[in-house]
Amino acid sequence: MMGLLVQGVLLGGYYAILAAGLAFLYSVMGIINLAHGALAVVAAYMLLLFSQMTGMSPFVGLLLVLPAMAVIGVIVERGIFEPSSRGGPLLAVLATFGMSVVIDNLLFQQFGANTQSLANFIGDLSWDSWDLGGGLYVGKISVYTFLTAVFVLGGLQLLLTFTPVGRAIRATAQDSDTAGLIGLDARRIRMISSAIAFITIGIAGAALGMRSSFSPYAGGALLLFAFQATVIGGTATIWGTLIGGIILGLAQTLGAQIAPQGFLIGGNLVFFAVLFIRLLRGDMNWRSVLRLNRKATQ
Amino acid sequence: MTQLEIRNLEVCHGLLKAVRGVDLDVNAGEVLAIVGANGAGKTTLMRAIAGSHRASKGSIHFNGQDIGALPAHQRVKRGLSLVPEGRRLFPKMTVQENLAVSAQIGRSGNWSIDSIFEVFENLVKRRHAKAETLSGGEQQATAIGRALVANPEIILLDEVSLGLSPAIVDRVYSILPKLRATATTVVLVEQDLGRVLKVSDRIICMLEGQVVLQGPTAELTREQIVEAYFGLKTSRKEKVQP
Repeated sequence: MMGLLVQGVLLGGYYAILAAGLAFLYSVMGIINLAHGALAVVAAYMLLLFSQMTGMSPFVGLLLVLPAMAVIGVIVERGIFEPSSRGGPLLAVLATFGMSVVIDNLLFQQFGANTQSLANFIGDLSWDSWDLGGGLYVGKISVYTFLTAVFVLGGLQLLLTFTPVGRAIRATAQDSDTAGLIGLDARRIRMISSAIAFITIGIAGAALGMRSSFSPYAGGALLLFAFQATVIGGTATIWGTLIGGIILGLAQTLGAQIAPQGFLIGGNLVFFAVLFIRLLRGDMNWRSVLRLNRKATQ
Repeated sequence: MTQLEIRNLEVCHGLLKAVRGVDLDVNAGEVLAIVGANGAGKTTLMRAIAGSHRASKGSIHFNGQDIGALPAHQRVKRGLSLVPEGRRLFPKMTVQENLAVSAQIGRSGNWSIDSIFEVFENLVKRRHAKAETLSGGEQQATAIGRALVANPEIILLDEVSLGLSPAIVDRVYSILPKLRATATTVVLVEQDLGRVLKVSDRIICMLEGQVVLQGPTAELTREQIVEAYFGLKTSRKEKVQP
């Protein structure tokens, strides 16, 4: 049982990393990015290309890929998020859905349907584990992923709380019109926010590629898990993402013990339970369903 | 010296012209009060000056430079700050953070976060409280402080007494002598005529988007202002020249 709990918690760390960018982007910019999973797959392919071309570790590749993701974030903000947001939140959702379809198919055209992984480039780390005694083993990559989640979410929390740019992001998230009246350039702040969100997506892509395999159409499943973790944890605090991820990871792990299909069913049951609780507590609009009251950055 | 020069300004809300052909000069260091009934276009005029509402026609020159096309955040950097109607604080941020976020991008000058707390002593104990938990007076003080830490040359105060008790309004208005001391120009939208007559150097009265009366406060009678305020006798085109 202890093993299950540990595995569930560690899996939750992975989901928290997946969800961090999704939750942050909504909290700051009000955008539900349905291309979130596809973009994580893009980052994974970028790392794969780097390692295949240079023979170097994908950890080194992150030094190039994360800045590249930040630049992509700025381009996507200016080219897709910002223009589509002017037409309302639904148009932005549709635009990101369209973006995910384009990305999926471009990846398929470029790389084919073959399943890929970064595991070959990280040596023993992909399978090595620590013996905690009592027959309890934890995979090193799972522990590192969990620690990365804590580091990423803690870093976001520190950034938002203690830095001038964090204050500017929070102010713009709460009232972009008034932010302009005190001298903040809301467009610039949105670009910075998008860059930060895309960096976390890049980290999610690395976690995906190192922990498991991926293919051009893997983004949909990633988006689903990230979405579930965000909804379960809510966006009241940055740490809600981690809590949501852990709850989802535990539900899936325990579900898998009950039945082979229980992995997905367990997570889905918890997701729907939280969803209905939220529906009962608030009104029925989609923002309240997601508890997307944009509190994470406030 | 004319610091702010507005000519033939027209601002629309959709098809409605909220401000119509307004000409206005604001002199450096003066306290100019804009009065008028609800819907007269005062707030729209203030927002147009601050840059959060784009004018459809006319020009706005600040210190001789055309700022009509500049977005709001660039006007703040030039020295124009608005305290918006309703305070519009960042509700989930503390008093300190509301001030800091303005100070970090504002101009350098006499005002700092510490000097704001010296002026509004009641905020000291509440500096770590979230803005949404403040009383109306505390919120207004924070909103004014947030505008001041950007060290503006002109501060636009839009209905700062709205919803506050007279005692609290007195405390809010106690900032005016300090603004005069720092040669900060004040443009004030206010419904309370008695207070306006006490604190302003010049008065402008708006009715249905137009300036119907303007002049030095000392030369205008309360009756003249009331008539213009309600559109009773003063013809819209019969302006009292300053």
